Parts: sequence; C-alpha cells; structure tokens
Amino acid sequence: MTELDWPILSLVTFTPLIGALGILMIRGEAAEVARNARHTALWTSLVTFVLSLFLVINFDYGSAAFQFVEKADWLPAFGIAYHMGVDGISVWFVLLSTLLTPLCILASWEAIQTRVREYMIAFLALETMMIGMFCALDLLVFYIFFEAVLIPMFLIIGVWGGARRIYAAFKFFLYTLLGSILMLLAVLAMYFYAGTTDIPTLMEAGFPREMQLWMWLAFFASFAVKVPMWPVHTWLPDAHVEAPTAGSVILAGVLLKMGGYGFLRFSLPMMPLASEVYAPLVFTLSCVAVVYTSLVALAQQDMKKLIAYSSIAHMGFVTAAIFSVNEQAVAGSIIQMLSHGLVSGALFLCVGVVYDRLHTRDIDRYGGLAEIMPHYALVFMLFTMASVGLPGTSGFVGEFLILVGAFQESTWLAAFLATGMILGAAYMLYLYRRVIFGALTKDELKKMLDLSPREIAIFAPLVILVLWMGIYPATFLDPIEVSVANLVENYQAALAAAESGLASNADALDAAARQ
Amino acid sequence: MEAAIVFLPLLAAILAGFFSRFLGGDRFANLVTCSFVSLAAILSWVVFFQVGLGGPEADKTITLFRWVASGDFVFDWALRIDTLTAVMLIVVTTVSALVHIYSIGYMAHDPAKPRFMAYLSLFTFMMLMLVTADNLVQMFFGWEGVGLASYLLIGFWYQRPSANAAAIKAFLVNRVGDFGYGLGIFAAFVVFGTVELDAIFDQVPNMVGTTIHFLGLELDAITTISLLLFMGAMGKSAQLGLHTWLPDAMEGPTPVSALIHAATMVTAGVFLMVRMSPLLEYSDLALAIVTFVGATTAFFAATVGLTQNDIKRVIAYSTCSQLGYMFFAVGVSAYPAAMFHLTTHAFFKALLFLGAGSVIHAMSDEQDMRRMGGIAKQIKFTYVMMWIGSLSLAGIGIPGVIGFAGFHSKDMVLEAAWGAHSAIGNYAFWLGLLAALMTAFYSWRLLLMTFHGPARADEKTMAHIHESPLVMTIPLAILAVGAVISGFALYPWFVGDGMAGFWRDSILILPEHTALENAHHAPYWVKAAPLGFGLVGIALAYAIYARGLERGRWWGEYLGPFYRFSLNKWYFDELYDFLFVRPCMRLGRLLWKQGDGRVIDGFGPDGVASTSRRVAKGISLLQTGYVYHYAFAMLIGVVLLVSFYMVLGQ
Repeated sequence: MTELDWPILSLVTFTPLIGALGILMIRGEAAEVARNARHTALWTSLVTFVLSLFLVINFDYGSAAFQFVEKADWLPAFGIAYHMGVDGISVWFVLLSTLLTPLCILASWEAIQTRVREYMIAFLALETMMIGMFCALDLLVFYIFFEAVLIPMFLIIGVWGGARRIYAAFKFFLYTLLGSILMLLAVLAMYFYAGTTDIPTLMEAGFPREMQLWMWLAFFASFAVKVPMWPVHTWLPDAHVEAPTAGSVILAGVLLKMGGYGFLRFSLPMMPLASEVYAPLVFTLSCVAVVYTSLVALAQQDMKKLIAYSSIAHMGFVTAAIFSVNEQAVAGSIIQMLSHGLVSGALFLCVGVVYDRLHTRDIDRYGGLAEIMPHYALVFMLFTMASVGLPGTSGFVGEFLILVGAFQESTWLAAFLATGMILGAAYMLYLYRRVIFGALTKDELKKMLDLSPREIAIFAPLVILVLWMGIYPATFLDPIEVSVANLVENYQAALAAAESGLASNADALDAAARQ
Repeated sequence: MEAAIVFLPLLAAILAGFFSRFLGGDRFANLVTCSFVSLAAILSWVVFFQVGLGGPEADKTITLFRWVASGDFVFDWALRIDTLTAVMLIVVTTVSALVHIYSIGYMAHDPAKPRFMAYLSLFTFMMLMLVTADNLVQMFFGWEGVGLASYLLIGFWYQRPSANAAAIKAFLVNRVGDFGYGLGIFAAFVVFGTVELDAIFDQVPNMVGTTIHFLGLELDAITTISLLLFMGAMGKSAQLGLHTWLPDAMEGPTPVSALIHAATMVTAGVFLMVRMSPLLEYSDLALAIVTFVGATTAFFAATVGLTQNDIKRVIAYSTCSQLGYMFFAVGVSAYPAAMFHLTTHAFFKALLFLGAGSVIHAMSDEQDMRRMGGIAKQIKFTYVMMWIGSLSLAGIGIPGVIGFAGFHSKDMVLEAAWGAHSAIGNYAFWLGLLAALMTAFYSWRLLLMTFHGPARADEKTMAHIHESPLVMTIPLAILAVGAVISGFALYPWFVGDGMAGFWRDSILILPEHTALENAHHAPYWVKAAPLGFGLVGIALAYAIYARGLERGRWWGEYLGPFYRFSLNKWYFDELYDFLFVRPCMRLGRLLWKQGDGRVIDGFGPDGVASTSRRVAKGISLLQTGYVYHYAFAMLIGVVLLVSFYMVLGQ
C-alpha cells in the first residue's frame, strides 16, 4: 500500500459538509438559489466520489489491517480519540455512500421544488454522517455518526415526504430510540471495562462471557432495527412510502447496511461467544423474515411498499449469513449488501420515474408501459432480474455465496433461505407484469414519456455496476477477501480458546483483579 | 473458434437489440442475427467432426477468466469442449439457425421484429454457455439464462394476459426446480470441496458410501446430490410434477416453441443428467428414481396428448412425453441412447412445430384443430413435412434394417429399458410401449384433424390459405432431411460400434450396468414391438378420425370420466392452484394486515403511542385549574404523609 500523506478519510468525510456550508452562503432570488444549490450539491458529491476512488486505488488488498489511519487526541483523559480508518469490509460501504449520493441529488433535480437549499444541505450532511460512520475507529465517534445519520433522514422524510410523513417519522423514531438507548448502555459498559473506546483495542479486549451475552443483546436491539429484522421491521415500509425518491434510495441503499455493518464490526469480533450463543435466534428471525415478508410483498398494491418488503427479505439473507461465520457467507453478506444497495436503490429510482409522471404508486393505475417506455422497461427488467438473483447480475453472486455459506452451517437454513429465491421471483415478476406488461388501455398513461437523458445518466452507472459485479465480481471480492478471512479466523480462534477453558481461567483472573 | 461459436450469438443479440434502430431497422436485425448464428452453426459442425472423430487430444477446456473466488469456493468462466458438448453444439446452433431464418417469414408482420430476433440470439448464447460449462455454477448461469430468454419469449406478445401468465408460470416452476439444483451445487461443494466438473468426477469413486447431513437426515452423499440436481432437470425438462409450465408456454410465437420448448432448452435437463453420468453411475437409487419419473412422464403426457384440441398443445405434450423417454434411458445407464434420442428428437420435433407454425400461418393464426380440416391440397408442402415429422415421431421403419430418425432412437431407448433386466427397467419398457401407441395415435389424429375431412374453418380463412414463403419452407426441408436421415447416419457413432471412440470420457458407464450392451442383443419381438404398437395407434386414429370429428366425440362421451381426466391434464393446474397459488396470496394478505398491522404495530409503536396518549389524558384530567381541587389534593397528601410517618415512626 502506498500510504497517502494527506488525511484522505477526513477529506472524504467532510467534503460534503463543506459543500453544505457553501450552500448555506448562497443568497439571491429563490429560483437562482435553488439552481445554485443543486449545482453546488452535485459537484460537491461528485468531488467526494472521485476522492473516495483514491481509497480503492491505493488500498492494499493483502492486508487485513485498518488503512489510511488517522488519529488525533480528542479527550485524552478518557482514552477517547478521533480515530479513522478503513479495512476491506468498510471501504466498499464508503464507496457505496459516495456513489449513491450524487445519483440521489440528480434524482431530486426536478422532483424537489420546495426548500431546495435546505434539502441539498440535508443530503450533504447525511453523506458526511454516513461516511464518517463507516470510517470511525473509535466507538464514541462511531456512535455519534451512527445516531446523527438519523437526523437528516428524519428531516428528509418529515419535510419533503408524503401525506403520512409524520406518522412514518414517528414510527421510525420509536423503534430506533429503544435500540439506541440500550446500545449506549453497552458502549458505556465497554468503556468502563476496557478503559478506552478505541475499536481495534476493543476487538482484542476479550470481554468475559457473561458480559458479552447482555452486551450482544443491547447492540442487537439497535442493529436489528436498522437492518431491519423481523419483527421490528414495520417502520421500513411506512418510511419508504412517505420518503421522497432519493430518501428511499439512501434509506435502502446505505442506511439499512448500518445494521449489517454493525454486526460485522462489533458483534462478531467483540462478542464472539455471545454471537455463537445467539446465532440460532438470528437464523430463526432471518428465515421468518425471508418467508414472511416475501409473502407480504406478494399482496402489496403499492409499488414502494412492495420493494420495501423485498428489502427486508433480502436483508434476511444478510443477517443469516453474517452469523453463519464462514468465509463464503460473510463475503456473500457484504456483496449482498452492496448489491442490494445498488439494486434496491435502482428499483426505488424506477418507481420514482413513473411517480414523477403520474404521481401515484398504486400498481393498478399502471399497465402496458412497455409500449411507450421501452428503455424504462429494459432498465426495470434488468433490476428486476438482479433482484431475483439471476446469474450474471450482482444479486446472484451475493445470494449464492450466502447460500453456499449457510449450507455449511445448516442445511435447514439454506433450504429456508432458498425458498426466498422462488418467492422473490414471484413478487417481482408479478409487479413487473402489472406495471410494464399488459395492454396499454389507460389514457393517462399514453402521454408518458420514456426516460430523459438525466434519468439515463442516473441509471447508467447502476446498470454497469450491477453487471460488473455479476460477471467479474473479483474486483469487489478481492479487497474484502483478507479482511473477511481475518474476521472468520479470529472468531474461530476466540471460540476455540473459550472451549479449551482458557477463557474461563481468564474470567477467574479478571474477577480476582477486580476484587 | 469455440469462443466464436458461443459469443457470436451474444454479439448478434446486442447488435440487433440495441443498434438496429440506427443501422437499418428490421433488415439489419434479421441479417445480423441470422448470419451470425448460421456462422456459429457451421463452426459447430467443424468442431463436431474434429472432436467426434478426433482422439482424446481434441478435448479441451478454454478458461476465459475467474468468476468467483471466495475461500475454497473458486470457479471460472470457461468453455469445456468434449464430445457431449460438441453434440449439443450442433443440435443447438443448427436448429437455432434454421429457426432464426424461419422467423424472418413467420414474424414478418410483427412490429417488434428486432426485439424478437435479439431474444432468440440471446437464448442461443445462454444455451451455449450451458452446454459448454466446465463447472456447475456456469451451467447454472446458462440454466437460468435460458429461463430468462424463455420467459421473455413466452411473454413476447405482452399485451395478452394469457401470455404474461404463462411467462411467469414458466419462470416460477423452473425456479422451483432450480431450488433443488442450487441445493445440489451447495451439497456438491460441501462433499467434494469444489464445483468444477472434472474435480468432482475424479473424487466420486472414493466418495461412495459417504453420508451427508441433509435436513436432519443422514443421507448417502452421491444419491442426495444426484437427486437434487435431478430436481433441477425435472423443472427445465418438464417432468411429471414440474411439467405444468410447458403446455402454457405455447403462448409464445411458434418458432420459440420449436427452438426452446422442443429442440433445445427443455433437453437441458437430459443433458445435465448425461453430463453428470460419472456421478449418477454410483447411485442405483438415484438412477431408479430417474427411470421411474421418466417412464411415468412419458406415459402421462401421452395420455393427455390424446385429447387436446390445440395443435401446439398436442405437440407440447408429445415433447413432454419424449423427454420422459430420454430420462428413462438415462435411468437405465443408456446415456448414449438418451443423447441419440435427444438429437433426432430435436430435428423431427422442430420440424413438427415449424410445420404447425406454417399451418397456423396459413390459417390466419387459428390453432384449434376443430376449426381446421380439409386443407391438405392447399398447403401440400407443409402437409408432406408434417407427415415426415409424424412418421419420425411415431418411429416408423423396418426393424433391423432402416427407418426414420425416431425409429432408430426410440427403439434404442426401449431396447435399453428392456436390456436393464430389472423391475424398474421393465416398468419403463412397458409404459414406453404404451406411450408409443398413444404417440402414434395422437400424431395421426393431428394429421387427420388438421388436413383431412371436411373444411371446418370459415370461408374468409379458407380463401386466405396459402403456402408459406421460401424463407419458411427451406428450413422445413432441411429439418425434414434431418428427421429422415439423422437416425441411421448417427447410429454407428452414437450407439453403434464406434460408440466408445466417439463418446470417450464424456460419458461414464460402469461395467456392471449392461443395459445398452444387452439392447444390441435384444430378441426380435423386443425390436419389433415399438413398431407394432405404433402401427396399432395409427390404425386406431384412422378408424376414429378418418371421416371428421363425430366418432371422436362419441368416444369422448362414451369414456366419460377418463376423457375428462385426460382433457383436463389430470387436473394438475387446479391442484397446484388450490395447494400453492391461492394459499400464498391469502397468507400474504393475512400476514400483512393481521401480522404486521394488528399484532406487531398494535403491540409495538402504535400500541406504545396510544398507551402513552391514554396515560397522558388521564393525568391531564387531574389538572382542572380549580384552586380548591389542588388544595384538596394537597390536604389528602398531607394526611397521607402524616399517617405514613405515624405508622412507620412507631
């Protein structure tokens, strides 16, 4: 690795915030302000994306260590520092965030007409929070970013959302609140035990088994809501339905990944013994999620709700894979999260395209769009296929690796998850048929225009990436390979150590030391 | 060259699909797809002769690039060329090229020709990826890819609700099969540590008797993997239970039915089983199950074919039935016989379908045979073609001497079933014979209803009847040549004396599985029986349908429940609808409204919210604003406090 001599992570993280400040400065007539705000936001996010490319280019694939590390004392008396760094697991999530943000800003170009300046500021602030969360190597810094992400998201749903936006925002808040409080308790407990909030140090702290067991549950409460896992998923369909298109894209594309990322960064490495104990719980909830939400998706009349429920099913794959803890499953879970970020984001954009034209998400109002919108039909078909996991698309690589991994853990798990392949095809093709196929008989549809150049520009990168990830996934798998292997190895080592009784001795020593 | 065969159709699909608007429209699309696929076909024949006649050094694997590497789970994009692949290459590309050319004429009036040609070429590419795969996952890629192409082509006329429903049904039923295929791949990886075909085959002999934990059971590993893969094959090849999509798939344009749903895609399941012969050979149980399912399907589909009135559905059920023959040939370890029948079937069934297409074209898109009849004179050429196809399908020939293509291959399959000398082999043999009788019956019923008797179409249609253009009849003629000669021409290589040198390592038959060997020494009655049963079938068809439909109708009423059972396809669709489709939709709605709405939200966020609102309301009632209320409350408080201290203080 060529260690860069400039603080690239901080730069990537805070460039959007600087852009947001810039937008704040814009003065003048309303129309002019809106136009300048749009352009500033777009260029800022593009610059951020280009900067983040340096991360991948200079990344050392051979090392599992954190790279581009920056460390500055913050509260030295408490062992708390501003500590940033990425490994093979988080680097792609940073890229996912920086890629989706400019696309979202483009998608909001015409759809958002009120309070444009504030909207763009919220989006750029959101980007900073997301990137910061994935880069943070200090538990407190992580926690701040993790919770702060929700603020701009609340605003985006609550201010620019649909008719029931207040209900949706409140539901989201209630769910998140409980998890956050419990997680904060666990964070404090970790701090008091280890005397630091430094994540790499905490990974080697070796918390005693009893402590792991309740800490895991506290973290779980927070992450499970974010994923979301059944049965704490009901906020998601409402939030998606009410959010503006770009809000849905970020919500499905990045925010849902916070939970999965949290499991990988905290639950597995810091609480391996508890992860082993609770794995069956996660498997059960994941299987229920896959079957249950797929069936619910089948019955939906609202396009966005349908895709929201499909997201829950796809994330069920991810949670099951993470706790299967073998190389294929964990690598698969990361690829699946990236793929889902692109595909579900693209599907919400697809809904956005027709919503902008007809202002309804009701599936029955559509039908026969293939006739007048052939480009749209093609794009929608591609992402539908990616969503059902057709080989050659990104969805397949993720799902397939997950299933291979899950099969090694338990054949029941793999069999239950694999039913998602059948049900997923059922609800997606049923959706596609009702919207795109059929005779074009409704008058209001006959005037609809095919994709505009702006919309094609939004979809093009997503199309390319989905196919790239499906046909040549090595680009994405290679960087994560070593980190994943390292994660799995450490996990197995911790379990082995506990089994051979070393851990119980350590517990006894700890207890003695504290008395 | 091998790479060119595979990727030319993909290139054609991309050019026709995306660029024909800029480069000359329909003519460009026709030209590029037909020429590229034809070129692929010519190259395939070159490869076939090189590999089929060459020695072991002709076999090779061309690695393109790494696909996935995660831990030990590693596989490439690669092209594996051996005799089995070469046979599939010529079948796929030849039929595909002919269907492409035929489609120029058949689809001439369709506004979306470039899209159609692009889909056809895309299908061809996916099918070639399937047959050239050197690992199970790439085969899965082709497998699902042909499924996608099939879905798109069945639903090609997307304005029709029935076409959309059929397309979704095809995709979903195949997905059910793929569920098994997928689990089979995972199990193979767990057992063998690899998904590469050669690496798996090398290990199989050492793995005999190994067990695997599967869904709580301790099962023989090889049998489990074989049967899981077979589940995939059943879906793709429309075997009993997972066959319901194939007849509905006839909603697609007829060239599609010929290429995908008769000659190539539906045979992918047979190909998979033959490809996995080094695995299957070590599990007698799996082989027995394959035989049973194949034989039962051959019989079942033939009974349904007897009573259908849609010309394409008759041929569709016939395809289903013939696939059953191929499977029971696999089941008795007569893989070369299965491949032989696969190859001849591709020719005569494509001929029958394209011939039916020519009839439909002539009859202004009429498909119901009850509204045909009396058109033999107007479309003589098509009539002759349909006769050749039917003679080949029914297996007509002179035992021990020569015959139509289907005669050689079907007899070989049946003799092999007899030669297995096992209970399951005999089951297959006798059901196969009965199916042969029914096959001949429905083939001639089709010919008689379509071409003979009084004309039953309206005058406008009859006035329009015309022979198809050359672009459609020439492919028919070429296929007809194949339907006549492919039997005796390929016999020596496929199942005759040159068999061992021809197939080499691409097929494994253990020495103790002697069905194919015994077949060559079958007694005369075994060799003659299929022909005899076929002739009886033809005679019956003439007896009932030679003079119109009345006798057929009378027999239908006479047989009552049997007739309705066959006409309604053994009620499979109704059963599945009752068991799976409607319960899924109902359950989905229930879980949504009751599960999410009432239970989770009711006790979760909505419950919390309404409870806190109730509590707040209760508390707010106390705040009345009257001073004497507050004074009274304070007084009570003081009393309580004082009494509390008095009680505790003592």
